[in-house]
Amino acid sequence: MSDTQALTYNYKVVKQFSIMTVVWGIVGMLVGVIIAAQLFFPDLTYGIEYLTYGRLRPLHTNAVIFAFGGSALMATSLYVVQRTCQAPLISNGLAAFVFWGWQLIIVLAAVTLPLGITGGKEYAELEWPIDILIAVVWVAYAILFFGTIIKRKTSHIYVANWFYGAFIITVAVLHIVNSAAVPVTLTKSYSAYGGAIDAMVQWWYGHNAVGFFLTAGFLGMMYYFIPKQAERPVYSYRLSIVHFWALIATYMWAGPHHLQYTALPDWAQSLGMVFSLILLAPSWGGMINGIMTLSGAWHKLRTDPILKFLIVSLSFYGMSTFEGPMMAIKTVNALSHYTDWTIGHVHSGALGWVAFVTIGAMYYLIPKLYGMKDMYSTNLINIHFWVSTIGVVLYIAAMWIAGVMQGMMWRAVNADGTLTYSFIESVTTTYPFYAIRLVGGALFFAGMLIMAYNTIKTIQQSPAKAA
Amino acid sequence: MSEFWNWWVILITVVNVLGCWALLYWTRRMKDSGDENETTGHVYDGIEEYNNPLPKWWLNMFNICLVFSVVYLILYPGLGNFAGVLGWTQQGQHAEEVADAKAIYAPLFAKYASVPIEELSKVKQATQMGKRIFVNTCFGCHGSDARGNKGYPDLTDKDWLYGKDAAALEQSILNGRSGMMPAYEEVFDAAQIDGLVQYVGQLSGNQVNEQQADIGKALYNQQCYVCHGVDGKGNVALGAPNLTDNIWLYGGSSTTIAETIRKGRNGIMPAHKEILGKEKSHLVAAYVYSLSDK
Repeated sequence: MSDTQALTYNYKVVKQFSIMTVVWGIVGMLVGVIIAAQLFFPDLTYGIEYLTYGRLRPLHTNAVIFAFGGSALMATSLYVVQRTCQAPLISNGLAAFVFWGWQLIIVLAAVTLPLGITGGKEYAELEWPIDILIAVVWVAYAILFFGTIIKRKTSHIYVANWFYGAFIITVAVLHIVNSAAVPVTLTKSYSAYGGAIDAMVQWWYGHNAVGFFLTAGFLGMMYYFIPKQAERPVYSYRLSIVHFWALIATYMWAGPHHLQYTALPDWAQSLGMVFSLILLAPSWGGMINGIMTLSGAWHKLRTDPILKFLIVSLSFYGMSTFEGPMMAIKTVNALSHYTDWTIGHVHSGALGWVAFVTIGAMYYLIPKLYGMKDMYSTNLINIHFWVSTIGVVLYIAAMWIAGVMQGMMWRAVNADGTLTYSFIESVTTTYPFYAIRLVGGALFFAGMLIMAYNTIKTIQQSPAKAA
Repeated sequence: MSEFWNWWVILITVVNVLGCWALLYWTRRMKDSGDENETTGHVYDGIEEYNNPLPKWWLNMFNICLVFSVVYLILYPGLGNFAGVLGWTQQGQHAEEVADAKAIYAPLFAKYASVPIEELSKVKQATQMGKRIFVNTCFGCHGSDARGNKGYPDLTDKDWLYGKDAAALEQSILNGRSGMMPAYEEVFDAAQIDGLVQYVGQLSGNQVNEQQADIGKALYNQQCYVCHGVDGKGNVALGAPNLTDNIWLYGGSSTTIAETIRKGRNGIMPAHKEILGKEKSHLVAAYVYSLSDK
């Protein structure tokens, strides 16, 4: 790639989204630490309606998934699509619209959720005017991405772009279908669906938000940044074909596993369970392709903390995509559902996989965007790696133990058939684990502050800045 | 579901499962990179691709998952209207588990069903059973320690809205209660309500403004005595609280008493006949009865 060509790429939007990835990561995780603290100190924000757990929790999930994760996906997809297609973005104006539109949506979310304005659907809480804005910005993003692919100068489309493309198309469909609602006022609407159908649509959306936003999108990221950082070819082209098609076809079915033993008809529950199980194989296909790409370059793990982030992210990805299918099995689900095990599972995916691969990709990307070879301090990346690894492990181990314990306590019966434990007993027994989780979460958050410092220092030393 | 949706579900399920196998079959036939360093020839921003064969163990795992799914969908409901060979339903599983539990536990509960509550409240095993039902059913309002909450009576004190009477207690649990205090803001003006607040305070022996209390007393004897009695000791037949014992269901501050008089109160104890059944309610009654004896 010659420099003259590189100059025509739109790096401005990539820079903007990269910076906001770090910023929203800090904001989203701070809110996470606050609500984790509320579970341990229930009176922490007592009397302040805007800071109640019920309002901050959706703010936390929206901020980390759509603000932190979304900015990371937009930054990397718009970088990768230009580099691997050897084509600049089709429109700089559209790119700016996508950036500012997405930031506006995030700010609107950060204002409306604490005010208690919500549609009430998990991970889709934002009210209808914001939903419409999301749809508009998302379509603009799709035009930008696919328009650039159409203008590509390479004969084939790189695998990372398949995943980014699937993520962009599917999220559009999911968002529009699930957010269909009847507006009553500017800040209130009711879902277009009723009863069990509404629940099914919600979890079809909910699990595919995991499948396409948090998995397919980040697999796209993995397919570019791992071979780049490892400087090795991708392990197997055909494996990427198999696991791509199997993954996107099978994920579509997984939603009903959120509704095992509910009013959802038996047949839908069964299909949700078997396709969740099948999903194990395609999920692991991605992990194998990523980890095996490193064969022949394992020694680099000793010295390169960015590669550590990327490879550990795949380990967590493999672990949580094994755990997920197991939890989808009816008998396991009967124990795990409604417990903190689910929270542990989500965070092994969200922190261990999504955040780790994002952090690794950002440490690769940020210096390049600012005309430098490396981040300001490799040592700080290494510290960040260990602080967040310890954080994740503490977090998910605490939630696993707490979750299994809750499940066991809730179902324990005495010789006379009465329940052995009252609900409050399961809460008090969970207390120490809430403390451990808070420590784990705070460590992960601290890691993000280290990253912010390193990023600021890197940008300050940028030759572009000096010139 | 209709025939159309039945076949729709079956078709896309089968296509998806067979599609996975077709993918595996097709890619296995792709040419291997003969030599370890041979790539597909594509280069994207410097990234090349090998075309290694699919790992054997992974292929086996994929096949096992697919075979498991096919077997599962033959045994259990999943393929549209096809009920599955085992005829399993979640309602069926629930009914079976409930029947099994009944067979084991019914004799235990039957043993105590005919023992009078007063007597049962002294049988440790019975009150322990009652307590366990209580902490998982009644805790939402009365608290796990039975000490109640604003609007929900403390069950550990000696004050009984419907009387310390085993039959009345069992009635409260089985059929529920509805404690209704009418709103008086349309009947009395502010000064009159202040007077009533002072008088009600006086009944419980609190320091009050005597002058105002006298106004309140006159009004009390026109209206309130009907339920709460001339002496203010309440009426267990109506569940009208005793106003002389300084035990307050909604709170004894002047503001709260004034609010109670102005707005009225609607206390509901739901019927538990359907929720717990007679035998369990009997044990809960024995437990609650025992609390007041301490």
